[in-house]
Amino acid sequence: MKLIFEKSVKGRGCSILPTCDVDMAPLSDALSRKSELKLPEMSETDISRHYTELCKRVHGVNCGFYPLGSCTMKYNPRIDEEMAALKGFTAVHPLAPEYSVKGCKEVLDTARKYLCEISGMDGMTFQPAAGAHGEFTGVLLIKQYHDSRNDKKRTKIIVPDSAHGTNPATAAMCGYQVVNIPSAENGCVDIAALKAALGDDTAGLMLTNPNTVGIFDENILEITRLVHEAGGLCYYDGANLNAIMGVVRPGDMGFDCIHMNLHKTFATPHGGGGPGAGAVGCKDFLKDFLPSSAIMGGSGIQVRSFMGNFLVVVRALTYIMTLGKEGIPEAAKNAVLNANYLMRAIQGTFEPAFDRICMHEFVLDLSKFKEETGVSALDVAKSLIDRGIHPPTMYFPLIVHEALMLEPTETESRDTLDDAAEAFRSLYELAHEDPEYMRTAPHNAQIGRPDEVQAARSPILRWREA
Amino acid sequence: MGRYIPSTPSEQQEMLRSIGLDDFRALYQDVPGEMYLEQGLDIPSGMSELEVGRTVSAMAADNTVFSTVLRGAGAYDHYIPSIVKYIPAKEEFLTAYTPYQAELSQGILQSIFEYQTMICALTGMDVSNASVYDGATAAAEAAAMCRDRKRRVTLISAAAHPDTINTVKTYCYGTNDELRIVPVKDGRTDAAALKKMLCAGDVASFYVQQPNFFGLFEDAEELGRIAHEAGAMYIMGCNPIALAIMKTPAECGADVAVGEGQPLGMPISYGGPYLGFMATTAKHMRKLPGRIVGQTVDSHGERCFVLSLQAREQHIRREKASSNICSNEALCALTAGVYMAAMGPEGMRDAARQSMAKAHYLAKELCKINGVSMRYSGEFFHEFLLDMPKIPEVLQALETQGILGGLPFDGGVLWCATEKAPREVLDKAVAIVKEVLSK
Repeated sequence: MKLIFEKSVKGRGCSILPTCDVDMAPLSDALSRKSELKLPEMSETDISRHYTELCKRVHGVNCGFYPLGSCTMKYNPRIDEEMAALKGFTAVHPLAPEYSVKGCKEVLDTARKYLCEISGMDGMTFQPAAGAHGEFTGVLLIKQYHDSRNDKKRTKIIVPDSAHGTNPATAAMCGYQVVNIPSAENGCVDIAALKAALGDDTAGLMLTNPNTVGIFDENILEITRLVHEAGGLCYYDGANLNAIMGVVRPGDMGFDCIHMNLHKTFATPHGGGGPGAGAVGCKDFLKDFLPSSAIMGGSGIQVRSFMGNFLVVVRALTYIMTLGKEGIPEAAKNAVLNANYLMRAIQGTFEPAFDRICMHEFVLDLSKFKEETGVSALDVAKSLIDRGIHPPTMYFPLIVHEALMLEPTETESRDTLDDAAEAFRSLYELAHEDPEYMRTAPHNAQIGRPDEVQAARSPILRWREA
Repeated sequence: MGRYIPSTPSEQQEMLRSIGLDDFRALYQDVPGEMYLEQGLDIPSGMSELEVGRTVSAMAADNTVFSTVLRGAGAYDHYIPSIVKYIPAKEEFLTAYTPYQAELSQGILQSIFEYQTMICALTGMDVSNASVYDGATAAAEAAAMCRDRKRRVTLISAAAHPDTINTVKTYCYGTNDELRIVPVKDGRTDAAALKKMLCAGDVASFYVQQPNFFGLFEDAEELGRIAHEAGAMYIMGCNPIALAIMKTPAECGADVAVGEGQPLGMPISYGGPYLGFMATTAKHMRKLPGRIVGQTVDSHGERCFVLSLQAREQHIRREKASSNICSNEALCALTAGVYMAAMGPEGMRDAARQSMAKAHYLAKELCKINGVSMRYSGEFFHEFLLDMPKIPEVLQALETQGILGGLPFDGGVLWCATEKAPREVLDKAVAIVKEVLSK
């Protein structure tokens, strides 16, 4: 389809602003823009049609099954959107006087209270705008803690090799050297490797539990104890919190600080890549290190302007209040049930990397399948598109070869899971009958496979007039 | 209680049995018994949609909504065209994930490609990323991308937004790098001091905000020249509405242009979600952090769009990545795109000119009142710092009339006006101030 610039017609526009009712205050020539401002010129109909056309070329959770592992693509309730659009929230200036923002404070205080209870933490900030941003904030709590004790020898952060790439990148952004430790055969922390890595230079450990292969690490108490004994702190990456909320708490596992993805676990929409919110919680002894806003009178560290993505917190709070004490664990349990049900329904064709009870997600290992058929995990993922299913996460975690990671979430029905399992089984057969067809999939999508190599080799990153 | 689980209790039991389990507890057999929450959470019971709607609406009603906002300081109350609210609310845009799977995400990818093009048009720069969290983090990411092995120090003007300064400082604390603050003279960055601070040769970049925190226009071209002469890179943090009329970062010689994109169609929303825009020159393209959408062709040779230049990013480079960022503010970037399309080049200029005109009118009228004066002289955009007596009384009197006055700052008041305020409201505000000060 055409780009918005290719639809622009000189002289078109929308009538938005009235004529100015005060004298103009012209900018001096020395400060004035010289180059032409080349924005599209469109009527409102043009704009409406253009974006509706774009909208039809997007697969959202509302369109169909979206089992993207590690991303928790659960249904985003509409009431949460309605609450976040209330003028009583959207029209509030972040620097308005205290008495006029009581409602905003109540939202933040209530969300903080509930999320502290869910995570087993004592303090919380909503300033981080995303999960990776929350990781950065959390590891900075660890850094400030060691600095406050003048403990300068702690220069290393331990990260399992199964971790998401943001973990080591975050540690590096916080000035730490990253120590990657191998995982045990079951994907959990290798206790011997952890012991070998620990020392008086250990600042902390970053861990996801359930881990990135969807297994709850049964040694978790020993792991956090060992890190604490070495003088380090334990950071919990909340990417997989949806499996355990209301069932077990990171704080009770021995973690000192945590980030939660409100856009995963607490049902706020992903928006095609943001805005999210990476709420960071911590135990009492780290509370003084939480970030604040300088313009709002804070004196601590700061990772973003003002208080963070406030409207995302409104959505998450609405969700938590809807589910409540019964609904939160019920959601977790059904997320885990759906994952196990789907894993077993697919098994016999595509095999799970770990043949045991999983948490909210599981990883398929397609390496043997690829040897047999020449069809890769990528080909299976692309073939799912033709069946109306968003592909699972591919080639992650790195410790499983030809990995497909599926996370159905609790908001999918048994029928959807049965249909998805049937799609997987039929693709398994198709791969044995007509592998070439799968290697060139998708066949019914809006586009064929894109040439990513060309995109990187000769980058075209903006439209230019021909 | 509310729930979003389709499976009925009997379906759940059947599903459990089909995988050979008796109950939900068995799913959590790896969880050590001592930490399993037998008692459940200490939070209230769930609610129906009707109840939760009522409860959260009551919280919103506890806030005071001022009919006129004459306060900016990083959050600007511009008019948002109606269509800008409707398009990002479409469910597909709202509920999709980051567009990893290009075949199912062309709509989002194209909207970002268009956004990137619009940011390039606005700033005059060659390359834009898909956006970052907000203006403050954009400044911090820009400072990080400018560092190399030898040059590690970042300079920032004291006339930048305090939250920007503090955020950049925090990111510097992370990587153990130094941030030095360039002092202000008469409300603007002190060029002579900047020159001296650049002498050491260890400076990676200098950041200036345009217009600055006090609303004043900096001599951005000159500051850029000074930075470049010393071999430092030049970062400009710009107000996107002002960019419609003011000299672009490209025209001022900036290496990186960033800014807070909130004025491009996002409500002030108690501080977020906002949008950080970030653009650079072709030369520094591969240092730009964050997501970038590129154009390519599909297997049929048709134009399409993908997430590109991913070799820079954390999921490939892990601890060697330039940033840990792995998302953007896609829906806000979409919002900004729709806003710029709805306003068009003429509408953008009009919003900028009218905001500037209203601020100048307000400043002029307020300064006619005895005891009120401009703290600084020189050209300003839509904000200005006034010295005046009885600040708490003035602001309170305005608030009781539904007007949020300027921000008390540094002993004065930082006022802001946009195209939204009609003249009679400005006159009313002036009359209230006059009345309080004449008592």
